[in-house]
Amino acid sequence: MKENKFKTEISQISETSVLVEFGMKISEDINKKVRTLCTYLDEKPFNGMIEYVPAFTSISIIYNPLDMNSESPYEVVKTILDNIISKLDFSLADEEHIVEIPVCYGSEFGQDIEQVAKINNITVDEVIKIHSEGKYLVYMIGFAPGFPYLGGMSEKIAAPRRESPRTAIPEGSVGIAGMQTGVYPIETPGGWQLIGKTPLKMFDLNRNPKSLLKAGDIAKFYPISYEEYVKLKEEE
Amino acid sequence: MSISVLNPGLHATIQDFGRHGYQKYGVIVSGAMDTYSMRLANIVVGNNENEGVLEITMIGPSLKLEKGTLISITGGNISPTIKEKKIPMGRPVYLNEDCVLNFGPCIAGCRSYLAIAGGFEVPKVMESKSTYLRAQFGGFNGRTLKKGDVLNIGVKSSTANKIIKKLEEINPKGEFVAPSWYMRDSIVENSNSTIIRVFPDRQFNNISDESINKFFNLKFNIDNKSDRMGYRLCGEKIELKEKLEMISEEVSVGTIQIPPDGNPIILLADRQTTGGYPKIAHAASVDIQKIVQLKPNNKITFKQITLKEAEKLYFEREKYIAELKKAIRLTII
Repeated sequence: MKENKFKTEISQISETSVLVEFGMKISEDINKKVRTLCTYLDEKPFNGMIEYVPAFTSISIIYNPLDMNSESPYEVVKTILDNIISKLDFSLADEEHIVEIPVCYGSEFGQDIEQVAKINNITVDEVIKIHSEGKYLVYMIGFAPGFPYLGGMSEKIAAPRRESPRTAIPEGSVGIAGMQTGVYPIETPGGWQLIGKTPLKMFDLNRNPKSLLKAGDIAKFYPISYEEYVKLKEEE
Repeated sequence: MSISVLNPGLHATIQDFGRHGYQKYGVIVSGAMDTYSMRLANIVVGNNENEGVLEITMIGPSLKLEKGTLISITGGNISPTIKEKKIPMGRPVYLNEDCVLNFGPCIAGCRSYLAIAGGFEVPKVMESKSTYLRAQFGGFNGRTLKKGDVLNIGVKSSTANKIIKKLEEINPKGEFVAPSWYMRDSIVENSNSTIIRVFPDRQFNNISDESINKFFNLKFNIDNKSDRMGYRLCGEKIELKEKLEMISEEVSVGTIQIPPDGNPIILLADRQTTGGYPKIAHAASVDIQKIVQLKPNNKITFKQITLKEAEKLYFEREKYIAELKKAIRLTII
């Protein structure tokens, strides 16, 4: 209940940016406030705003101080944001947008799936079942183009990061790190336990929107065979 | 007009002011490490200050340039030459004939910026010409330059043509011609040790008093694992008062993070969009240029200022850039 008392805080964090904080813990309600403000700023960016960067509980807004025509540009931005936030309706229900993501679990794509099963004292099939039955809220996109921070994974398949990170994790790999699951959109080094791979492109320059997922979406995974993976990969 | 790459050097990429507006999709900003030098290089050849330039790191390339090209080189001094003659930095240089631009020893700093009047004709990806190596897009085919690459040059601005006319009046002969004036602090001074002004960041109060003391009084070494994403420092370990549960939140150019090993990291152009480590301080925007020109094993010392002071420095610099742009446009040079 303490979270309800958290007052929205606005503070200057650099010469060109300001942080709006809605709370101090990861929760769907707080994240929804972040997304409500993001949606507003997408539709009505204020004069001099360059961009915003959403996170789990906060959003940083980058602006051009020269556009504020003031010796205290931050004060101008703060007033604008105070105004916007006081008028926002955070109670509007989200339209549920589900994105289904096919995953070829195990084999060479998910080399750590047996490890994940072992850690949790369950079978590989159970890992697949639990992972693909979950509904995952996209809290934010960050780290790499189209990389979703997903919430809602079952603790029954939680697994710590690998002790030595892989130098290159292939694009499309689905992994688990602690209580989180995610999909690697580009080849990058990483320490996540890999359980499978999706043929879908999480980020595609030639697609609109470029990112398959956006904050607020619900991601769902479903198992496919290797043959289906190959077929879908060709279609992508 | 075009530029041919005879030898790519160590790490040359096309960069501009960065890719802004797409961090919400996880797309990092990228852009020039030293945006100040990049802007000055563009301004002095009559380009839009946000035009793509070549960022040259440590070991420069060998480039074949055509007669009639107007260039400028700013930032770190990597001994640029044409026919073994030194190319003066921080000012426009007009080529009277086809020639090969070479680089040599790294004399001061480690990143040079080469601007070409007319800019590099590469497609903009998400409104920017910056190269994002890891995602393989932007710049020249999303990668560093390779031997045999041919980079097309765009059309020169009217300001560039006015500058050329002035330079031709100075001396129409020789391989190249350049004025005797140059831009204030467009050239990095030789310095292996520098003082960086910082203001406290969000977790400043979570750092132990002893560590705060060390942070502002001791020198840190630039680690050789430093790159475009961030500069890793080593020296005294910075410790928290107590363990802190952090939720990933914003980071920006100049954020100084303290990872669990206690060695600070200063985040730079290719930083990730958000981060989950405690942030002790944030480098003043005007001092980023000094950081990114440091080489591994160079030394850094931090000096505390207020965010208000950093803001004032920011305004002073922007005022200088605005005046410079005006002077170049009026060619009162």
